[in-house]
Amino acid sequence: MKPLVLALEQEPDQRLDLSPLSPHRLDGKSAKEIAEIEVQTTREKVTVGDLFRIRPGDAQTIVFEGGSTRLDNVGLGLKGGEIIVEGDVGKCVGRSMSGGNLVVAGDAGPYAGSALSGGRLEIGGNAGDFLGGPLEGELEGVTGGLLIVRGDAGARAGDRLRRGTLVIEGSAGDYPGSRMIAGTLVVLGATGVLPGYLMRRGTIALANPPELAPTFLDCGAHELAFASLSSRLLKPESRGAAKLFSSLLHRFAGDSAALGKGEILFPA
Amino acid sequence: MRPIVRNGVRIDESFAEAFPMRGTAIVITGPNQRWAKQAAVTMTGFATSVIGCGCEAGIDHEISAKETPDGRPGVRVLIFAMSSDTLQTQLVNRVGQCVLTSPGSACFGDLESEDRLQIGDAIRYFGDGWQVSKKFGARHFWRVPVMDGEFLCEATTGLTKKAVGGGNLLIMGATPKTTFRATEAAVAAMNEVKDVILPFPGGIVRSGSKVGSKYKAMSASTNDAYCPTLRGAVATNLDEDIGCVLEIVIDGLNEQAVAKAMRAGLAAILKLGPEDGAVRVGAGNYGGKLGPFHFHLKDLLP
Repeated sequence: MKPLVLALEQEPDQRLDLSPLSPHRLDGKSAKEIAEIEVQTTREKVTVGDLFRIRPGDAQTIVFEGGSTRLDNVGLGLKGGEIIVEGDVGKCVGRSMSGGNLVVAGDAGPYAGSALSGGRLEIGGNAGDFLGGPLEGELEGVTGGLLIVRGDAGARAGDRLRRGTLVIEGSAGDYPGSRMIAGTLVVLGATGVLPGYLMRRGTIALANPPELAPTFLDCGAHELAFASLSSRLLKPESRGAAKLFSSLLHRFAGDSAALGKGEILFPA
Repeated sequence: MRPIVRNGVRIDESFAEAFPMRGTAIVITGPNQRWAKQAAVTMTGFATSVIGCGCEAGIDHEISAKETPDGRPGVRVLIFAMSSDTLQTQLVNRVGQCVLTSPGSACFGDLESEDRLQIGDAIRYFGDGWQVSKKFGARHFWRVPVMDGEFLCEATTGLTKKAVGGGNLLIMGATPKTTFRATEAAVAAMNEVKDVILPFPGGIVRSGSKVGSKYKAMSASTNDAYCPTLRGAVATNLDEDIGCVLEIVIDGLNEQAVAKAMRAGLAAILKLGPEDGAVRVGAGNYGGKLGPFHFHLKDLLP
């Protein structure tokens, strides 16, 4: 089956809310019906047909040709199927998605994968601040699934992570894994200040750790069966993460300023 | 009735009567093959018969480091019991006492099924609050701190209600030496079959039993019809050229696996012939009224 293709014809002149353009919301809609969907965020009305050239196909796979940092909420609440963006996206890409596969070839704005609970989100370029994090007032960030950033991530990546796995193949900004509840965060590049700030439980694996807060307690270097298991399970998604977990790992327990049952691991 | 004879070995027109059981499979890994196997051997000890041991357990096969979840050498263990509850109790007791305690071990579920049995979900409490939960996709693991590092244990494993217990072969030879040779050849061939175990010592049982006893307290007693020293004194099942009988009991995760194992064992026995091995092969049953699975020897001939 051919995918449904939405080719962006020009840079939008306002931010767009593309949350209606998910497989489960477009299923069974004709090209004409899709063209009429409103996606504006201001008083200026904008429809899908105004901005995109639509090539009809099976909406289980939606391909966005071209991208823009003004495309917000792409794949919001995605439950199944696939969305591929051959360009950049704005804020909240893949927010609250619970299944399916979402691939962004370019960069993503803040709150990418926010409150992800299942499925797989891959960002080929860089991600903004609060990768996977909760919006203001929410208690949990990512609660399941897999989030991979091939480039760099901004500050506070994995904020309030509860469950699931985040892999940042580039560098991470300040406070990665802040307030983590549990789950796994991997950073292969450089890391900003204070990783794991106020984390309760969970695992942060860093290839290049900065100086850790004094509230992280040295537990020594160990060979862990869990690490080799992680290495094998992550290998299909990230060879770098697999390599990191295959090394002898130094364990720091923390953040003892909070519950203190989390850990930061890095090559010994 | 004319007996079936293959390569000089007589095959009884009989069948093995087997019963439905609950079964599960796990993989135990260790720092090397020796220690993976040590944990498996320990946890499958004293698990020959559900009558006295609560479950029947054994090693299915060894697994190379490339094929295990954590990339270390491993062993696949199968456990069978008569009810799901007993199986659950036996699994947790045995993993808790024998695998958790074995240096360097880790334990994983190895059976796909909707029905689940707890492993790590029960053992995690040993961690006294320091246990760590890890989820990767649909798989859930527990890390329990122990004195040599961590015990990694999958939260659950699958439970099958289609397991079959009590497939068997009775191997009859002229002397203990030749009977042993035939039985060992059969065990070696049956160990190659996946999804089955031979729960008795080295796969062989020499004290086959009949139902009932002259003593009230005993529910089962020696199978006198197959005891060579009673050949002249009781209503024997043995011919004059038989001086020794050994039995192989087979439990499998499904009916096909048990049939496959019996076929492989039978082929190995027949290949050896009557001079070096068995003169006759039979199978144990209770008249066919107790167990729903009937493995007829004539259908399993090579």
